[in-house]
Amino acid sequence: MTSSMNRVVLDPTNERRASTVERVGRPESLRGLTVGLLDISKARGDVFIDRLEERLSEMGADVKRYKKPTFTKPAPVDLRHEISINCQVVIEALAD
Amino acid sequence: MAMPALPEGLVIIIKRECETCRMVVPVIEQLNNGSLPVTVYVQDDPAFPESLAPIHDADLSISWHHDIETVPTVLRIENGVEVARTVGWVRDEWQRVTGQTDLGPNLSAFRPGCGSLSVDPDLVDELRVRFGATTLSARRVDIAEAEDEFEAMFDRGWTDGLPVVPPTEQRVMRMLTGTTRQPTDVVAIVPPDLVEITVEKVAINAVMAGCKPEYLPWVIAGLEAVCNDTFNIHGVLATTMPVGPVIVCNGPGTRAIGMNSGMNVFGQGNRANLTIGRAIQLIIRNIGGGRPGEVDRATHGNPGKLSFCFAEDEIGSPWSTLAESRGLSRTVDAVTVFPGEGPRCVVDQLARDPESLTNTFAACLRTLHNPKSVLAFDAIVVMGPEHARVYAEAGWDRERVLEEIHARLQIPGSELIRGAGGIAEGVPERLNGVTLPKFRPGGLLLVHAGGGAGLFSAIIGGWANGDVGSQPVTKEVLP
Repeated sequence: MTSSMNRVVLDPTNERRASTVERVGRPESLRGLTVGLLDISKARGDVFIDRLEERLSEMGADVKRYKKPTFTKPAPVDLRHEISINCQVVIEALAD
Repeated sequence: MAMPALPEGLVIIIKRECETCRMVVPVIEQLNNGSLPVTVYVQDDPAFPESLAPIHDADLSISWHHDIETVPTVLRIENGVEVARTVGWVRDEWQRVTGQTDLGPNLSAFRPGCGSLSVDPDLVDELRVRFGATTLSARRVDIAEAEDEFEAMFDRGWTDGLPVVPPTEQRVMRMLTGTTRQPTDVVAIVPPDLVEITVEKVAINAVMAGCKPEYLPWVIAGLEAVCNDTFNIHGVLATTMPVGPVIVCNGPGTRAIGMNSGMNVFGQGNRANLTIGRAIQLIIRNIGGGRPGEVDRATHGNPGKLSFCFAEDEIGSPWSTLAESRGLSRTVDAVTVFPGEGPRCVVDQLARDPESLTNTFAACLRTLHNPKSVLAFDAIVVMGPEHARVYAEAGWDRERVLEEIHARLQIPGSELIRGAGGIAEGVPERLNGVTLPKFRPGGLLLVHAGGGAGLFSAIIGGWANGDVGSQPVTKEVLP
């Protein structure tokens, strides 16, 4: 074996490059916008989300509540799609 | 590289190092005086034998491409096509292939040949790369002369914190000989980035982990077992709890590849145990994109997240195997994956009857994650041989042992509700009058492993169980 052969290795990664996605601009106000609140189903996440709903409603936002079936898995595609077509803003409440 | 064509007539491949080749030189000289043109290729000494003006097969391309496994080999070529071949020295065969008679009249009728240099174990991996390189599709990464290759792999973020073996094409090609599957076959979709992984990429990471080719089918099976919604490696990776994939191996193949099921079974020192689990975790990192501090949010983690893989001691076990209890025959090779924390020790050096020993197991299992936690977590009991003997002598089978442990872990709700025992953690108050089991049905797995001395066993605690979390998965290991 020549030493030069040892200097070339095979890439162990998935060789993907992350695409860059522009962030949506920050809204001037939440008044009149639909805000989705996603509960990940962890204990006491609802306490936090209840309070957020109160505050957002006071600010004139239209609040919709969503919940993942389990905190241990990513949100199902259908749920993500539903949120994306119904809401202009989304807040995901993590726990721990 | 295209297959090099051979000249018309007789082609003879030899090497000086081979005694049979030296013996047949007069025969080749005899053939050289015949009607067919004779071309001699020599593998080692370019001047051997001078009388026959040999061509040096310096890069062994003639030998490799024409599948020369033995020298001498005699080929007869007509219109560019091989029509006959013989190896070693068998007078009748040489006469058949060459069409000449009275060859080597002073020689014995038969002498076996020697191994061709093109199949020399020290060269074959290099030749496989030299002549078959185009089969692999991974990006080639050239490490600069001034770079240390081990440091270069740390710098690129490819390691788990320990050095990895550089995945050269030669090593990856050798790794691929461990499976019958094609390098392009897709094995799984790896979370968290949900990327398809091919056998080739599995092999690259297996090389880095330090695997031998014969471990590759175990890595593939383990990867298939964790990359699905049932086991949910995404959650096992992402959780703040200290769990990782624990891989329990069953079947005769565990002994064939030299896995440890005995002394120091969870510890250092066994290559198969340590590198199979490590390869799977490297794949989660390198292909799935699952890295600590990113998607991996573990509060503490555990050292088993480098590799936690071991074999069941089936030969010494009084019981059916774990894989059998999950529906497979004990004659097949299998992996069972479990989302587990580090092992903890169960000490009982006095129990000589199964009831007493079972009381110890129940008391220790009660504390799993929290003495007031019920139903949420599974566990593996890894029974040491000296504890298992107590049950074997009493005639308790696997099912009886598990039933008796379960029976001792039916807990009154009054001990479990929030605030009971001065502990805030617990079940809601409404469960006060209810008796709750520590483990769900099937939530305890039993494995026989460990050294022959020591009245100890081990418990491996699990993670959020069932459909909302992770279920153990058993997969057959296929060649």
